[in-house]
Amino acid sequence: MAIENRKVTVTVNGQERSAEVEPRKLLVHYLRDDLGLTGTHIGCDTSQCGACTITVNGDAVKSCTMLAVQADGAEIMTVEGLGTRNELHPMQQSFWEEHGLQCGYCTPGVMMAMIGLLKENPNPSEEEIREGMEGVICRCTGYQFIVSAVQKAAKIMAEANEKNDQKVAASQLVGEGNL
Amino acid sequence: MANAVGAPLKRKEDPRLLTGNGCFADDIQLPGMLHAVILRSPHAHAKIKKINVEEALKSPHVIAVYTGKDLEGKIGPVPSSWLVPDCNLKEAPQYPLAIDRVRYVGDGVALIIADDRYAARDALDLIDVEYEVLPAAVRQKEAMQKGAPLVHDDIENNIALHWKAGEVAEEIMENAEVVVQESFYVQRVFPSPIETRAAIGQYNPGSEELTLWCTSQNPHIHRMVLAGVLGISEAKLRVIAPDMGGGFGGKIGVYPDEALIGYAARDLGRPVKWIEQRSEHFTSSNAGRDEVIDVELAGNRDGTLTAIRVKNTANLGAYLSTMGPGVSTIDFGLMITGAYDIPHASCETFGVYTNTTPTDAYRGAGKPEATYQIERIIDLYAREIGMDPLELRKKNLVRKEAFPYTNAQGLVYDSGDYEKPLQKALEIVNYEQLRQEQEKLRKQGKLIGIGLSTYVELCGFGPSKVAGAIGFQGGVWENSTVRVHPSGKVTVYSGTSPHGQGHATTFGQIVADKLGVPMEDIELVFSDTKAISMSWGTYGSRSTAVGGAAVAIAADRVVEKAKKIAAHELEAAVEDITFENGVFQVKGVPGQQRTFQEIAKSANMAWNLPEGMEPSLEAQSFFDPENFVYPFGTHIAIVEVDKETGEIEWKRYVCVDDVGRVINPLTAEGQVHGGVAQGVGQALWEGAIYSKEGQLLSGTLMDYALPKARFFPHIESSFTETLSPVNPLGAKGVGETGTTASIPAVMNAVMDALKPYGVKDIEMPLTPEKVWRAIQNGEGN
Ligand code: FES
Ligand code: FES
Repeated sequence: MAIENRKVTVTVNGQERSAEVEPRKLLVHYLRDDLGLTGTHIGCDTSQCGACTITVNGDAVKSCTMLAVQADGAEIMTVEGLGTRNELHPMQQSFWEEHGLQCGYCTPGVMMAMIGLLKENPNPSEEEIREGMEGVICRCTGYQFIVSAVQKAAKIMAEANEKNDQKVAASQLVGEGNL
Repeated sequence: MANAVGAPLKRKEDPRLLTGNGCFADDIQLPGMLHAVILRSPHAHAKIKKINVEEALKSPHVIAVYTGKDLEGKIGPVPSSWLVPDCNLKEAPQYPLAIDRVRYVGDGVALIIADDRYAARDALDLIDVEYEVLPAAVRQKEAMQKGAPLVHDDIENNIALHWKAGEVAEEIMENAEVVVQESFYVQRVFPSPIETRAAIGQYNPGSEELTLWCTSQNPHIHRMVLAGVLGISEAKLRVIAPDMGGGFGGKIGVYPDEALIGYAARDLGRPVKWIEQRSEHFTSSNAGRDEVIDVELAGNRDGTLTAIRVKNTANLGAYLSTMGPGVSTIDFGLMITGAYDIPHASCETFGVYTNTTPTDAYRGAGKPEATYQIERIIDLYAREIGMDPLELRKKNLVRKEAFPYTNAQGLVYDSGDYEKPLQKALEIVNYEQLRQEQEKLRKQGKLIGIGLSTYVELCGFGPSKVAGAIGFQGGVWENSTVRVHPSGKVTVYSGTSPHGQGHATTFGQIVADKLGVPMEDIELVFSDTKAISMSWGTYGSRSTAVGGAAVAIAADRVVEKAKKIAAHELEAAVEDITFENGVFQVKGVPGQQRTFQEIAKSANMAWNLPEGMEPSLEAQSFFDPENFVYPFGTHIAIVEVDKETGEIEWKRYVCVDDVGRVINPLTAEGQVHGGVAQGVGQALWEGAIYSKEGQLLSGTLMDYALPKARFFPHIESSFTETLSPVNPLGAKGVGETGTTASIPAVMNAVMDALKPYGVKDIEMPLTPEKVWRAIQNGEGN
């Protein structure tokens, strides 16, 4: 049953990457095995655990629920694209400070899912965060410190946005020659 | 410099994990690597009549297929590591692949090796196995009956072990004013780390060395056992546990699968990777609990407790797992009196073979079950004599003055002050007012329940001679080397094998204080048998109390040697040298000093050392603790039960734990949260369900309710600190307390809520349907 391999090209973490894959290959395997992005994990075979969550065109998606070929041409972000050790994304920084991870296996997926959540709801309540975590499972933390981490990240990100808005507003003023 | 120990420091291991730079088993890619899958039995019990692998071998991707028969005489059976004495233990050999009979759904039948992950799975369908299905023994009490199907033909009544400890004279029970009796089932659950199990083997035909990366909480135990199974020198077998996505006991076991992967890598001369699927995990990874516990608690009407008599019938599954035999015997049976001064106790345990996946240690291992039965029966006893369960507890808790306290089963509790966390918890919830409110709300028809659990737990096993006496096939000491480089930077080697606990941070804190160096200067090495000398790994909440203690002692030895060098250089007597904040100083002579880094250089260069001193600055410690440690505490759950739906709503969850010295309050609290979550999971949602035929019905994440974030209350966690005298840190253990304490706390809360209906027990997990039925039955009465 030789089905021809297909070339799949994606922009992942800002870089264009491609590989020839079997049409049945899951996106998560394409990312991990073909592109070497092993930060995205696999925790189940029934699409429950969310360890494989990434963003595809800005939306949080479980990468085990998609075929690689379906992602052809997509803009993808994985945990590797979030931030570096010296420049952590607010979500990473908050997970670190609030002890939002223990084994760290679920963490990349949980962080990506929560980035998806904050995009929809930048200022979620504890309850909304817990509900927003419906698609992920963490067996280590009992979730509480994850909730604190997400709350902190939301705050940092909101402040940063505000500052950005001010900057944009200021530069617009500059541009208009009012200053 | 501020003390690192006791500070809520951020973890050293996190930046790696947070940026996707962890290295878990499936992240490892080796040149020429092959992929393995294991064909597993779909039947609980069957004879293998024929296996046809022809079709599979025709696949261009398939490199090899092995069956049990192919491996006969080539790999030995995988033995249990806990041969509990004096219980007529009968160990049936577990071969890495079933040879002519499968004994549980998930039993390995064939190993397929292919050059592609997907093709390997395709080949599962190409193997044809002809089975003759046999009747299965599934539940332990039935499996013990005469005429039940035999899991192993030569093991009568399927009884793997019959163990007894303690005596309660018949007249004590007869003469008691009150005897409360109940049967509890602590159901089978799955440890369920989010990373499943995995193994990767790589063999070097030139050097004949085999390297095995595997998901192991105890790589040295894996090496020791697998060297025997595979017939390879321990010196040529290297076991590495890479980053691991949790374990919770499920990765203690030495599994047939790991032996298979090591064998195939050697046989084929190519690296072989096996990654367990989640659905496979449910049937092929050891499960936890599954104990039917019959308990009688005797005492007086005034609440004085005199005796407890317990019978545990434990489902051990089809084979004895690595720790399996010890869980329902030693771990459970010696702790049945819990935190109470009950003078007489006896425990009788039957360990029973069934056609189910083996059971092994799961977070708490025997202690959650022991705590469950005592905490539940205490509540029922209080109900029987019309006393508040708090009062009954207070009356019987072991007093502070009694420590070290010898319990009725002969264990010596190291230290304790049980009232301290109890009082603190009571204050947090305002217990008296709470009871009044409960009464008021009950009158309005609202079912509020308050559940207490005043637990004690046993962990940090030791000394090794006791381990030997209780049949553990290993030592329980720990090992650490503290190595100081010429620059004064430090590498610490520890025999514990962390997989989420954060030892790199907590052990780093211990060393930072001892050596007066910053945390950034300390790196930790774990989990590699080539880097670390013999040790015993991470389980049973032993890592800080035993492993951390070894680290502390090794660091002390480094300071001791460094001090001598400093004295030599400063031309002073060693007794006149002080060491503080990383500086050696001649007492009373300001300026006469050396930094730790200067001495590190001196020691490593060895240009000018005291007469007869060996060069370098490094010390090792092998620490064998003189006793177990016994953390304790109080958990209080407050719930409301919806009469109409049987649903349980959280009001509060408060825990005050005393785990001895807290090295890092942040990670300690994290451990409590995680532990509580798993305990609450057992009480309310999780449970393995087997059909009569031995089919696992809850065999995927769709059917097994691993708790989600929205299921949980906000946990209010705090600590008291009563130091342990058995190790230099004063530490006890925190990994399992949350699980041990929370199961009965939640159950007691719900039973308290249902008290108006006379409900005494509902089998866990407390699904709304079961709760609703209990209410209906209660109303009927
Ligand atoms: S791997 Fe579990 S949801 Fe994708
Ligand atoms: S941190 Fe281990 S599963 Fe979430």
